[in-house]
Amino acid sequence: MSLNPFETVKEHVDLAVRSADEVKTTTCYMCACRCGIKVHLKEGKVRYIEGNPDHPVNKGILCAKGSAGIMNHNSPARLKKPLLRVGKRGEGKFKEIEWDEALALATNWLADVRQRDPSKLAFFTGRDQSQSFTGLWASQYGTRNFAAHGGFCSVNMAAAGLYTLGGAFWEFGEPDWERTKYFMMFGVAEDHDSNPIKAGIGQMKTRENAKFVSINPSRSGYSAVADEWVGIRPGTDGLFVFALIHELLRAEKIDFASLARYTNAPWLVVQNPGSENDGLFVRDGEGNPLIYDVREGHLRNALDADITPAMAGRYELPSGGEAVPAFELLARRYMAPEYAPEAVAEKTGVSADVIKRLAAELADVAFEQEIVIDQPWTDAWGRRHDKMIGRPVSFHAMRGISAHSNGFHTCRAIHILQALLGSVDVPGGWRNKAPFPKPAPPGPRPAGKKVAPNTPLDGSPLGMPYGPEDLLVDEKGEPLRIDKAYSWEHPLSAHGLMHMVIRNAWAGDPHEIDVLFMYMANMSWNSSMNTKGTMDYLTDTHADGSYKIPKIIYSDAYDSEMVAYADLILPDTTYLERYDCISLLDRPISSAHGPADAIRHPVVKPDRDVRPFQDVLLDLGVRLKLPAFVAQDGKAKFPGGYSDYMANHERAPGLGPLAGWRGKNGESEGRGEPNPNQIDRYIENGAFWQHHFPADQQYFKAVNQSYLDYAQMMGWIPDNKPIIHQLYSEPMQKFRLAAQGHGPHQPPERHRERVATYFDPLPIWYQPFEEDFLENEDEYPLHALTQRPMHMYHSWGSQNAWLRQITTWNRLFIHHEIGKQLDLQDDDWVWVDSRNGRIKVQVKLVWGVNKQTVWTWNAIGKRKKAWGLSEDAPEATKGFLLNHLIDELLPSREGAKRYSNSDPVTGQAAWFDLRVKISKCAPQEAGESAPQFDPIPPVPEAFPSPKILRYGKDMAATPEGTAVEPTEWVAHKSEVAQALDKDRAKGERS
Amino acid sequence: MTSLPKTPPKKKLGLVIDLDICVGCHACAVNCKEWNTGGHSAPLTDMNPYGAKPKGVWFNRIHSFEAHDEETGQSRTVHFPKSCLHCDDAPCVTVCPTGASYKREEDGIVLVNADICIGCKLCSWACPYGAREYDEDEGVMKKCTLCIDRIYNENIEEEKRAPACVTTCPAGARHFGDLNDPNTTVSKIVKARGGMDLMPEQGTKPVNKYLPPRPKAADQKTTAPRMLRYEDESTDGAGLLARWVDKLLS
Repeated sequence: MSLNPFETVKEHVDLAVRSADEVKTTTCYMCACRCGIKVHLKEGKVRYIEGNPDHPVNKGILCAKGSAGIMNHNSPARLKKPLLRVGKRGEGKFKEIEWDEALALATNWLADVRQRDPSKLAFFTGRDQSQSFTGLWASQYGTRNFAAHGGFCSVNMAAAGLYTLGGAFWEFGEPDWERTKYFMMFGVAEDHDSNPIKAGIGQMKTRENAKFVSINPSRSGYSAVADEWVGIRPGTDGLFVFALIHELLRAEKIDFASLARYTNAPWLVVQNPGSENDGLFVRDGEGNPLIYDVREGHLRNALDADITPAMAGRYELPSGGEAVPAFELLARRYMAPEYAPEAVAEKTGVSADVIKRLAAELADVAFEQEIVIDQPWTDAWGRRHDKMIGRPVSFHAMRGISAHSNGFHTCRAIHILQALLGSVDVPGGWRNKAPFPKPAPPGPRPAGKKVAPNTPLDGSPLGMPYGPEDLLVDEKGEPLRIDKAYSWEHPLSAHGLMHMVIRNAWAGDPHEIDVLFMYMANMSWNSSMNTKGTMDYLTDTHADGSYKIPKIIYSDAYDSEMVAYADLILPDTTYLERYDCISLLDRPISSAHGPADAIRHPVVKPDRDVRPFQDVLLDLGVRLKLPAFVAQDGKAKFPGGYSDYMANHERAPGLGPLAGWRGKNGESEGRGEPNPNQIDRYIENGAFWQHHFPADQQYFKAVNQSYLDYAQMMGWIPDNKPIIHQLYSEPMQKFRLAAQGHGPHQPPERHRERVATYFDPLPIWYQPFEEDFLENEDEYPLHALTQRPMHMYHSWGSQNAWLRQITTWNRLFIHHEIGKQLDLQDDDWVWVDSRNGRIKVQVKLVWGVNKQTVWTWNAIGKRKKAWGLSEDAPEATKGFLLNHLIDELLPSREGAKRYSNSDPVTGQAAWFDLRVKISKCAPQEAGESAPQFDPIPPVPEAFPSPKILRYGKDMAATPEGTAVEPTEWVAHKSEVAQALDKDRAKGERS
Repeated sequence: MTSLPKTPPKKKLGLVIDLDICVGCHACAVNCKEWNTGGHSAPLTDMNPYGAKPKGVWFNRIHSFEAHDEETGQSRTVHFPKSCLHCDDAPCVTVCPTGASYKREEDGIVLVNADICIGCKLCSWACPYGAREYDEDEGVMKKCTLCIDRIYNENIEEEKRAPACVTTCPAGARHFGDLNDPNTTVSKIVKARGGMDLMPEQGTKPVNKYLPPRPKAADQKTTAPRMLRYEDESTDGAGLLARWVDKLLS
């Protein structure tokens, strides 16, 4: 070192360093996207988490949540040991107990219920990523009262997609990002598939030959980079889509050939009003649907190869009566003047000119800019096609459509728009991801009609009803399930109604329960409608002082608001400390290019007395002697825990949770006997397995014979027959016919009109229920929505020292014009009122929002002292939840029993139907959000929350190796090259 | 007080940030935080991380705001990531009384030598971009190092050998390279897209460049290439339906 005081000391910088002792590959769980991650470890601590470049989901990128995994993994809110409630429920007083005691107690409670009446257990699992396992456990236990959180998340999207295309938006499909030239996205969608969507939008825009249109009341997130933002009024997307369809039909910009081949548009529909077969498909003796063959002049099997089906006209049936092709019914409905752009402009807030232009743009890209790939393929009728022809318009929709009470029909409308444009699973269009498509709807049907003591169900509690005969109702037609799923109130509730469980259990409607068992679901706070009501339901007692919900077992990794409301806490690990299985039986991580599945495995050991929930569930399964988890000798069938189950459980011979490296030596994919080394093979391969479809299987999957053969071999579909898109939904019509009095399965009288109205076999639009109940729109003039910020996942973000610095509290975003009317400036305090309650919040004025809409970030608001935060944390003092304003029940009509605040078809929670009014607070009211609740004391022996966090200080890298020359790093390399090339060509020409 | 390199750096390593596709997800900021909190300038201290006013050191921050034109009524939402721009004429360097703040001759990266930084904060006053981050706990100034412990580091595989903010960006809105050489792809992107300096009037000659958003549909009078023409003017489409009866499709 120089000692010359006149010379600046030159810093020595080590350019080549070793910053980690070891790098392990696993799967992220900071949201539902499930990216591949590389976890860098230094002296046993997590030094750095980055995206895995080889992984099919994220290809090296990683979002803010994933990058902040270190801080969730080290959160002071982590639970440390099993807890038993010692105070009153809701007080948050617990004592620590040993696992033996905790498991013995849980077994005692659960065994007692199981031998009396297993349906007195309600087992609901929140943001569970192991639903094929937890569902199996419920089925083995013998309760029909099981679901995860899909009912309050996106079942409208799943059900609408699966009943129409046999696939769905959600994360189960994706635009053909490399080829699409026009991408229309509906609603807030900054979740599920979040990294692939960000990457896809970036890739598409970098190409400079594609247009991205966002139909969204709010111009945040993706909408900010859209080439065109259409600030639609919430809940009116269905009307908007109908108007697009109206335009396309009237201009005859329809892919008739595709409709005739791949959809049920030409299938004949019986026109016999008042009869039991009205509106059903005309079928031959073997049950095949029929078309009218124009060339041959008679009815024929719609599934034959060489048909020339009529798309319109009335045809006499040999058995008497008449029928018309489904397409005629569809065309008549949407060509009606009520769906003309001019007719919907006012309600949607989108001008007729804009609707007409967007329809014309869609038609232009679909029909004038078709894509041709020189790739021969063979369809399911043996016809050889020498090319793959694509219509490069693609769509995506998620929460903004889903969370309305008209979401099922709206989502079906979008699928029909896709089909009319011929852009389903074609080059440049929207594509299915494996294992989809499946038959529309896919089997099996929901199990649980019969429940018996100590007896497993005869199938999975969740499934897809084909008609009224599949409902889970008693002889009077009343619900059997605690959440009233699969009842006449919402027949296609394929994911259950988690949002109704606590309310119904409290009310004993349809029945009481003995044990409520929940996993990672913050029901006493941001995961419930009517949060205060939910707290009351959880703590309410009978006259004798006993709780109306007698026993509550809860498993979570963190000290969430829900912990205080449980009797027994089973602490879970973080995602870096456990095995997990991202399975094709469940919610896979496939892409359109091929199937994929993945695992998590422990990359660090827990530093506290916690156990992975799935291991605990297996343990309980053995203690309760559930057949699937017990070997013949009565001992554990999977003594190695969940990883043992992942490798060795077989759903059917040769089919298990993981598709990769099956067979004794890992020689087979998809089918094969269990491989004792399967988990090791996954770990060697970066914790995932992936298969690439050959080029001839990439598109037209529903009718692509080569693909269908492969899908059948993999066990995804029961046979290799073509999957015909169900634009006209016969299962819907079957429910409607029942409501009209036909058939042996009849709804109770009070539900008839509702079922008849909402089970229309073609999409309809109706005013979202909350609005429909308003006598005067001005009473609650504004729509109110929430969105999930891209950097947080529900309630998890605020315990994260890094992420909470990005959003420490939420404000209500309102349009400047509303602000002007109410004399509001940024950060002013307002009261927000709905028919269910009032909250006090701070506002932020924005331009990029529909003028009739206010919105805020979801789940930032926290209860005081929950999640390891201090009592004065802004999440609690200024943050807020909209949930308080949302009732879980709709108002009563003429004194009738109240329905849940949900979609009438699927039971999807209608979070976004909310209507509010806002008014300025008095000056003395400003400063703290309302309502406020007593602080929740931390659990015993909680980790201290440090005042200063110096993470990484003790992780200094060691110099190693030599420095290399830096190279440039260009994102979207080939798209950049393409754009630069075009630019150069332009330069040369000029 | 502290001199810039006597001869301009041969290389000017920097970032190119595409504002047209940045969705404001904060991935770059957080991934930067987690790399650098254990990296060259470790730690990136967080004060009061679970309390009322959490305040940490971040080398990269995202500003989301709306631009609104009163006259036309047009507005847009902009997500704007901001970190040190590694300026050619870096005022944070020339203002430094100790030589702690310096610009590297090899590649133009501006660094702080924590050993001789006295925490006087003059550099943060001098930087017009607010890109300097004071670590209260350690009493020194910290800042973006352009991940100097990654970009030359042979221990990092080539596909990740770039600043953390760049390799993690989900939208692909960030590029990294030598902006002194007109033949690099990053320089060509800047040229093709009209890449801009942030606040050029400050005379700092930033190395980092921003690619401006492409024009939006709302900014232009857009019409579809071919507007649709109804094939049948009857209001219920009866004529069309009649025609479709005999349409031959197979």
